[in-house]
Amino acid sequence: MSKKIHKQIHQQDRRRTIKTLGVAAGVGLVSKYSPSLFPRAYAASEPIKIGAQFHRTGIGASYGRWYERTAAAAVKLINDEGGINGRPIELIVEDDGTDPKRGAEVVEKFATQHKVDVAYGTLFSHVVIGSSPRAGELKLPYIVVSEGHHVASGKLNRYVFQPGITDVKSQVISMAPWVAGNLGKKVTMIFPDFAFGHDHRDYFSTAIAQQGGEVLELIAIPPTETSFTRYFPRVPKDTEVLYHVMVGPGVLTFVKEMGQHFGSKRPEIFGFIDSLEAVDLATPQLEFLEGTYFWEGNPRYAQANQTEYDKFFRAAVGVDGNGASLSDPKDVSTYAHMFGCWETLFIIKQAMEACGYNSAADRPAFIEAMEALTTFEESRNHPQGSKVFNPQIHQSFGHQYISKVEGQRLNVVQKTSIEDGMYEPEGDYTKMAL
Amino acid sequence: MDFGPFLFLATLEGLVQAAVLCLIALGLSLVFGVMRVVNVAHGEFYMLGAVLAWWITGWFAGNPAIGFVAAIIIGPLLVGVIAYFVERLILRKVEYDPEATIVATIGILYIVQQLVLITFGPDARPVDTPFYFLIEFPWFGYSGYKLLVICAAIMLLLAVWYVITRTRLGLVMRATQYDRETAQNFGIAVNQVYAIVFATGAGLAAVAAVLIVPIQQAHYLMGRDPLLLSFIVVIIGGLGSIRGTLVAALIIGLSDGIISVFFSPTLAKMVSTLLVAMVLVFKPEGLFGSRSQL
Amino acid sequence: MSSEQAKSIFLHAGVLAGLFLLQFFLPEYHHLSVTRIMLLAVFAMGFNLLFGYTGLLSLGHAMFFAAGMYGAGLSAYHLGWSVPLSFMVGIACGVVLSLAIGLIALRTTGVAFMIVTLMFSQVAYLTIVYFTTYTRGDEGLVMPESARQFVLFGQQLSLTHPGTRYNLALMLLAIVMASVWLLVRGDFGRSLIAIRENEARTKMLGYNTFLIKLKVLVVSGTISASSGAGYALMFAYIGSSFATIQYSIDPLLYTLLGGAGTVLGPFLGTALMFYLIDITSEYTSAYLLVAGIVLVILVLFFPRGLLGAVRNRWFGWLP
Repeated sequence: MSKKIHKQIHQQDRRRTIKTLGVAAGVGLVSKYSPSLFPRAYAASEPIKIGAQFHRTGIGASYGRWYERTAAAAVKLINDEGGINGRPIELIVEDDGTDPKRGAEVVEKFATQHKVDVAYGTLFSHVVIGSSPRAGELKLPYIVVSEGHHVASGKLNRYVFQPGITDVKSQVISMAPWVAGNLGKKVTMIFPDFAFGHDHRDYFSTAIAQQGGEVLELIAIPPTETSFTRYFPRVPKDTEVLYHVMVGPGVLTFVKEMGQHFGSKRPEIFGFIDSLEAVDLATPQLEFLEGTYFWEGNPRYAQANQTEYDKFFRAAVGVDGNGASLSDPKDVSTYAHMFGCWETLFIIKQAMEACGYNSAADRPAFIEAMEALTTFEESRNHPQGSKVFNPQIHQSFGHQYISKVEGQRLNVVQKTSIEDGMYEPEGDYTKMAL
Repeated sequence: MDFGPFLFLATLEGLVQAAVLCLIALGLSLVFGVMRVVNVAHGEFYMLGAVLAWWITGWFAGNPAIGFVAAIIIGPLLVGVIAYFVERLILRKVEYDPEATIVATIGILYIVQQLVLITFGPDARPVDTPFYFLIEFPWFGYSGYKLLVICAAIMLLLAVWYVITRTRLGLVMRATQYDRETAQNFGIAVNQVYAIVFATGAGLAAVAAVLIVPIQQAHYLMGRDPLLLSFIVVIIGGLGSIRGTLVAALIIGLSDGIISVFFSPTLAKMVSTLLVAMVLVFKPEGLFGSRSQL
Repeated sequence: MSSEQAKSIFLHAGVLAGLFLLQFFLPEYHHLSVTRIMLLAVFAMGFNLLFGYTGLLSLGHAMFFAAGMYGAGLSAYHLGWSVPLSFMVGIACGVVLSLAIGLIALRTTGVAFMIVTLMFSQVAYLTIVYFTTYTRGDEGLVMPESARQFVLFGQQLSLTHPGTRYNLALMLLAIVMASVWLLVRGDFGRSLIAIRENEARTKMLGYNTFLIKLKVLVVSGTISASSGAGYALMFAYIGSSFATIQYSIDPLLYTLLGGAGTVLGPFLGTALMFYLIDITSEYTSAYLLVAGIVLVILVLFFPRGLLGAVRNRWFGWLP
């Protein structure tokens, strides 16, 4: 049986008492609302089922937990405000184990057992890529929040979208002008030696060259590495900017060892916050990060000019001004990415309402409605900022933030324009058959 | 950086890696040598040691050294106790059948891993170093704590060596390893020896974890790579040989670091793994073992 | 003996016929899942030939699965070769790799063999990552449209069609099951078991045990590769995660769960493990905890696997 929300309500207390514990807090959040809260008008109507494929276990579990919490908060808000076309959303969460094989199985399960209306996806690129052929062939819309370049590359299929978060190619390109203009033109890059790292390597190298800069050295770290010190000597002496991006549980080791190695004689350091996502900046030995810069998808620390929307978003998800959980200040969120889960659900709602979505038979109409979207204005539903959606490549382009570490917090020094991250589309999904 | 200092740094890093690896492998080797079983859950005992270290240091405010000292005493003890019960309740019941032990320990691997995930969450957890001291070489800075890790590993190694070769307990262990039935006939409680050896092996892995956790972080999936590496060390070194384990740990630790000076890192990993595999193929009894022990 | 043989043929043919009929009754989701289970069971059967019958425990079978997967996937992706041709390339890669690994690794025995295969498998995984330019490493590749359709015996087949996939997987399973069944019942099979029970004595009796082990390793690796090739082509994705240690441990689990040294054991183990994880994951994210507990219980009470227990207690004739 599916994990129906109603069922969860009944199970909630029992679960708490027997402490199955592993049931992520997000599910608890979903079950906080009860059907009696729905306005009468649609209390009896069938819910819209959204299958959520999240990393509950495996290497991506830190992200998955926050994705689940964010999604649960957005679902609650949408349902409190009348749902989609008057119908409540039922979020059915399945764990992909951060594994592409299980990811594909989960998509099959959504389509044929849970019989969801749309599937809604996950972070790690390999899970998205492994799942997408199954989504396409089962004709199940699969809307992901992954930041990978896979959707925009045109290599997936017409049923896969990424409207809620900018892809890595765009993120990287939009950093180059600022880095070249403010930090230096001679760059050394450190990145993981797999596809995600190679995307950074390729797109940034090209982008910095266009700014008149050059990459002095490329340092690829093997995926099984747990210790990084011996890679830092490869950084050439005349490096002006050290560009780093790391993912996985080893990230904190990486950043610490970078600090130890360079001591006070460091070049300018620019990193992607992926290197420190879900990590507290007040962690001992991260002091050396003072004065270094980070890309952020969404500023983790509430800024002086914080918008009403960001304030609302934080409160709804349960995150404080430092990007940590309200209930545990040591529990730091994946703030630079998880906004995408929030925004994507409102986009699904928008498209479903535009096409008068009724049942799975309307999926083609839903796809076309998604492809009719063009822009999203900064608003409560889009707290990260406005975005431009390119229907040909099913990808959104948004503002990016560059923040400086000052007093163990990140202060935004630059908000890039959407145009900074634009590139020529590499495919056209709209020409594919439905 | 010039070639010389680069090599020096790679060597230092290799030594740290070798020190930690040696401790983990020693635990595995003890279990392997005395009990003749493969403990696939060994890496999880290591992980448990690291996570417990994070948990225990969280009790103490103020000087991080206090928490660290508490962790290095309590953590391995707890892990040892858990391992003791695993041995009593499961391994003894399957009568140390090699295949059954592998399946049972795979089961234990999942159980420990998932219990840690449920209890402590999926995030990588940092532990503060007991002291912070940066050695400023002319070419680069190096963490003084890492040198302490090397020293601590050497001391522990000496202690284990002393226990095995110079004490009654060690004699009993060696007797059991050499010939289980004869040992039993001489009135040695083989079952008790097994339980103690298993607990000690897990405890050694936990000590290694507590030492490493201020350098790396505690994470519920961190047990896998050390498991593989320490397996390799144990086989290369030859079963039950402390000297072999030490030499093999040095070879593995250093080769990984130094080869990466010459090749691109991923290629270096491939080359060093292949080299070690070839050593095994052409000297399958290990460097210091005798063929009959396999 | 012959009546036992008849019983055995009847049982295995019955399982295959049952699987064929099942496709008309299975709900959609289980139809899709059984397709996967049959393919993975082929992998486990290949593994079992080496482990269950010959007593050689490889901890690196993921490399053979990956050889099939990448052989088939890369030739379909980069060269645009047809599905049957790509599948054959995958199998050929399995033959070549298992022959090469066998010639080297079979110089070792026991625990050293476990570790050597494990290390070679790690090298295979790193090789896939190292050539990210062609493989896209961990992200992997999606098979192109051209590799979703093909002509076999004059029939136009589409891999996007679940029925086609189901029956192709069943066909592969049937071929492998029949081959394994014939193999283990013949003289060759008896020599394998002789090696498992006492290699030194088998050698003394005049058998070239190295050659026998090499042969069975190649058959085992090739069967595993056929599973990998099938997996790549049917589910249209290849990625380096399939070459990780997890995919070397999985067939071991399936085999031990179902019963090592039985023809049907790996299939039964694969199916049980799949549904164990699938169902428990709906109730708790700690489904691997449940899997762990099941393994421990199994090993305490059914140390020879489920079919092994059945064989010991009731049906001694089970191959």
